[in-house]
Amino acid sequence: MSAKAITITSGKGGVGKTTATANLAVALASLNQKVVCIDGDIGLRNLDVVMGLENRIVYDLVDVIEGRCRLRQAMIRDKRMPELHLIPAAQTRDKSSVSPSDMVKLVDELREENDWILLDSPAGIERGFRNAIAPADEVIVITNPEVSAVRDADRIIGLIEAEEKGPARLIINRLNPTMIKHGDMLSADDVLELLAIELLGIIPEDEAVMVSTNRGTPVALEEKNPAAKAFHNIARRLMGETVPMLEFEGHSDFLGRLSHLFKS
Amino acid sequence: MSTFYQRLTGKTNSANAAKDRLRLVLINDRSGLTALELEEIKNEILQVLSRHIEIDPATVKIQMHQDGREQRLVADIPIQTSHHRRIG
Repeated sequence: MSAKAITITSGKGGVGKTTATANLAVALASLNQKVVCIDGDIGLRNLDVVMGLENRIVYDLVDVIEGRCRLRQAMIRDKRMPELHLIPAAQTRDKSSVSPSDMVKLVDELREENDWILLDSPAGIERGFRNAIAPADEVIVITNPEVSAVRDADRIIGLIEAEEKGPARLIINRLNPTMIKHGDMLSADDVLELLAIELLGIIPEDEAVMVSTNRGTPVALEEKNPAAKAFHNIARRLMGETVPMLEFEGHSDFLGRLSHLFKS
Repeated sequence: MSTFYQRLTGKTNSANAAKDRLRLVLINDRSGLTALELEEIKNEILQVLSRHIEIDPATVKIQMHQDGREQRLVADIPIQTSHHRRIG
């Protein structure tokens, strides 16, 4: 067994990197995959709270790298999914405590006993981002259908290509079909045309994501809400399955169809 | 471009505005050139060319094109027929 290392990044903060990492980890684990996620945001750790594992941290990523504990000791096992582990970021240190080669070494140690290693990248294009993409076999860029997120995604896609980690694949998060229908949100096609990279999945805006994050139970633990379904579909695509994109009621209602007919 | 729905509700299509603005911003970001610098390049190309051939600056198109993730500076320069050369 040799795990595939995937880094989730975005350039801009707040577009849903951590939520996507937690949910893809859960979705992959539900397909009987052994998954380790690593919080790469040293000093601003969050993957632990999103996954609901914040009370069980003893050691963190920097403890492993500086030799204060063994790798196994820093891996928190998810009680709900025994094949899922988290390595939390250090909270009291900064990004300079870790180098890209430290990350490569750490991930290589994890490869043998796992199927997937998911790295949650910090926002920005500096050291933390470089640390997070150094061990990646594949990079996923996540964006929102919104001008600043798309612009930053484009910049980060360029940097991923320059680091020879491309081609990256794209997740469009928080798509709102009603706003698209009213002409007030970029559609998935618009974003794809601008960024010109392969689409891995679309996550619709879904209040269930906020509710589940509040509780520390990732929405993908149950495959019932639209966002949860979208995360499970992405996990299947990562496994190599061909899964059609979710259909959102983009133009299927009466006004939508009329507006299509009368386009001028 | 407006749709029937927008005319009905009096709303404008802000998504199209976002797309048009992004298209220009991404050209600048990817090439590292501002719109002003691009204009300067265009003028210099025209200066050099007009030393050798007759061109009408109004008909010249020099634009950045997107081809996948590649940027391409495409120039379309109609050359005016040079009458005096034929006579001379």
